[in-house]
Parts: sequence; structure tokens; C-alpha cells
Amino acid sequence: MSVIGVIGAGVMGVGVAQNLASTGHDVVLVDKDEKTLAAALATIERNSRMSRLMGGPALDADEILSRITTAVGAAGAAKAEIVIENVTENWDVKREVYETLDAECGPDTVFVVNTSAIPITKVAAVTGRPDKVVGVHFMNPVPAKPVVELIPGFHTSPETVERTKDLLHAMGKKAVHVKDSCGFISNRVLMLTVNEAAFLVHEGVADAASVDEVFRGCFGHPMGPLETADLIGVDTILYSVEVLYEHYADSKYRPCPLLKQMTDAGLHGRKSGRGFYTYDSN
Amino acid sequence: MSTTAKDQILTFVRERYPQAEIDASQDIFALGFVNSLFAMELVMFVEKTFGITIPNEELRIDNFRTADTMASLVARLSADLAVA
Ligand SMILES: NC(=O)c1ccc[n+]([C@@H]2O[C@H](COP(=O)([O-])OP(=O)(O)OC[C@H]3O[C@@H](n4cnc5c(N)ncnc54)[C@H](O)[C@@H]3O)[C@@H](O)[C@H]2O)c1
Repeated sequence: MSVIGVIGAGVMGVGVAQNLASTGHDVVLVDKDEKTLAAALATIERNSRMSRLMGGPALDADEILSRITTAVGAAGAAKAEIVIENVTENWDVKREVYETLDAECGPDTVFVVNTSAIPITKVAAVTGRPDKVVGVHFMNPVPAKPVVELIPGFHTSPETVERTKDLLHAMGKKAVHVKDSCGFISNRVLMLTVNEAAFLVHEGVADAASVDEVFRGCFGHPMGPLETADLIGVDTILYSVEVLYEHYADSKYRPCPLLKQMTDAGLHGRKSGRGFYTYDSN
Repeated sequence: MSTTAKDQILTFVRERYPQAEIDASQDIFALGFVNSLFAMELVMFVEKTFGITIPNEELRIDNFRTADTMASLVARLSADLAVA
């Protein structure tokens, strides 16, 4: 039975692993240390329990966990047929992971890049298999979001795209095709919106609750941009805006200093218990 | 017991949504700005505060709509605990 490698057991890796396991796939979930992996399994167990409450299908947490094994270090995914990478949105971190994966995995293994903004062609260039590297921008929370962006890199082969589409289909996802570019469709727009919303708070124009209320009440969005930032992770927002800023060399993507301060202070949003709002975590 | 549970739950909900007027019979998910992620926080708060584990079949949104329904869930599960 083939296994899918999931690298990075943070917000996204946890969701991807749960989604794969609940659709009958065997998963090896990889991170840097045992502590993160133990916390990830506990989160998957909790989220599986809560699935129906959140409007999803009723899930058997034990069955889901029985399909997931864990490993420390990217080499743990050496036997995977497809690897979905969800490590920190930082170029040096991603590059090192792809160098390891390229050395350890078989020549036919497909690498799926889950990134907020990093161009897929740039990631593919680190490997000796640019035809087998493809971008999939999953949405958060992964099990609850039926649509993803599918981004072939410059050298990605049609077979790789087909294999990836088959897996996405099995996971219950519809793919919107986007050409490779920094930030794709979603984050070219969303990251600027969140960044500008942070500027409103930073400048004292409005507090976070008022900013979000305008988006919910006036525009009918289910969540405002700052609640969304807390869901995504304030640090991940900052890193994504920085990636856009560097890539386009355009000052319109200058990151709001408040995002930097919050990231330094550990106010990373829901995952840390506090961001623009405070949560009763764990 | 169930009055205190109700009060504790109401305090928790009001702290999170200070801008809204919320009483014990208010359906908090009908307010328009409470999303399903808060339901998960409610489950964790209720389990931690009252020392209970809510069985899977009780993890339904209807049990968490109001402070009243949450308090009666707590009372029901605490009674089960006392009997067992
Ligand atoms: N959070 C979102 O809403 C969201 C949505 C779509 C895409 N993304 C993208 O997905 C990726 C992951 O984001 P996240 O929100 O899950 O971040 P996160 O910070 O929650 O998790 C990242 C995980 O990667 C692990 N990691 C770091 N270096 C590693 C290494 N060398 N080997 C193994 N594991 C390593 C970290 O320990 C951490 O657990 C990022 O590229 C992000 O831009 C995030």
C-alpha cells in the first residue's frame, strides 16, 4: 500500500494529514522534533472529534490516527509515492527540506509544494526533478475547504499534474489552475488586504473588532481579515507579505510593522492562543 | 450547580464578544459574527471547566447554541458521572 508523505506538522500539515487519512490514505507525518509531532497528533484527534460540530462529516478519530505514522526529519518520507510539503514559509527552510527530499526519495516521487506565495519554479530548481514538482495551495482549515489552487511550475510535466489531480480528487478537492507566480490568485489579493487591515490597527484608525465587523457586516464575508490572520497565523502572514515584497520588489507589499512586532512577541494567532484576539486554546 | 455552570458559560461567551448583548437563551450562532471555530472553543472550555468529556454523539451544534443548552448538557453529563 502506497503512502503519502506530509512534511511539516503545523497548521497546514495537520489539516492535510487528517484530510488524507479520512479519505483512506496512509500517511507519514514529518516534523523537526517529537514534541511537535505529539502535539500534531493530539490536534488531529481533537479536530476529528469536532468534525461534525464544525459542519463536516462524523469522523472516527481512532481510525484516522491509525492511518498516520510519524517521523522526525524529511528523510522519514523516503518511501512516499507523493510528498506534500508544508514547512514554514521561509526560503532557507524550504530549500533545505527539498534538498533532503530530493536525495532521499525515489526518482518517481512527486513533490507537492504547499506555499502561500513562493513561486513553484523556484522550488523545483533546487531539485533534480523539476518535472515532478507542482504547487498546491491548500486552504485552511484543509478538511473544510473544498477548493485549492493548482500551480504547475515551468518544467512540471502533464503526468505530474495528472497524478496530483487524482490525489486531490480522492481528497475531495476541486482544483483551480493558476499559472506560476508569486502569491498565485488568492494571496496576491488576500495578503495585501490583511496587511492593510493591520495598518489600520497600527495607525489607530480602528480596532481589530471594528475592521472585521465592516467586512462581515458590510461585505457579507464570513470572517474579517484580522480574524482570518489569526486563523492563518500572524507569523505566516508576515512571511508571506515579505515573500511578495522581495519577489515583486514593489513597495505596495511593505509589511506592516505591527505584524513584525506581533510575530516577535509570539502573538501568532489561534495557534499560540493570542493574535489580534485572545483564544481559549488547548 | 446548573445555575453556576450557566453563569460561568455566559461569562466566557461575553468576554469573547463584549460588543454583543448575550443572555442565557440567546442563540450565539445566530448573532451573525460567531463562526463554527468558536464552537470548538466552547467544547474545550466546557470540558476543562466542568471536568467532563463530552461523548461524540453529544458533539452537536444544537447543544452549544445557548448558555441554557450548554448548562443542561453539563448537568446531564455530570448526572451520568454521579450515577456511574
Ligand atoms: N496557515 C495557513 O492558513 C496557510 C494556508 C495555505 C498555505 N500555507 C503555507 O503552508 C506552509 C505551512 O504553513 P503553516 O501555517 O502550517 O505553518 P506552521 O508554522 O504552523 O507550521 C510549519 C511547520 O513546519 C515545521 N518545520 C520547519 N522546518 C522543518 C524541517 N526542516 N523539517 C520538518 N518540519 C519542519 C515546523 O516545525 C512547523 O511545525 C507555509 O508555506 C505556508 O505559507 C499556510
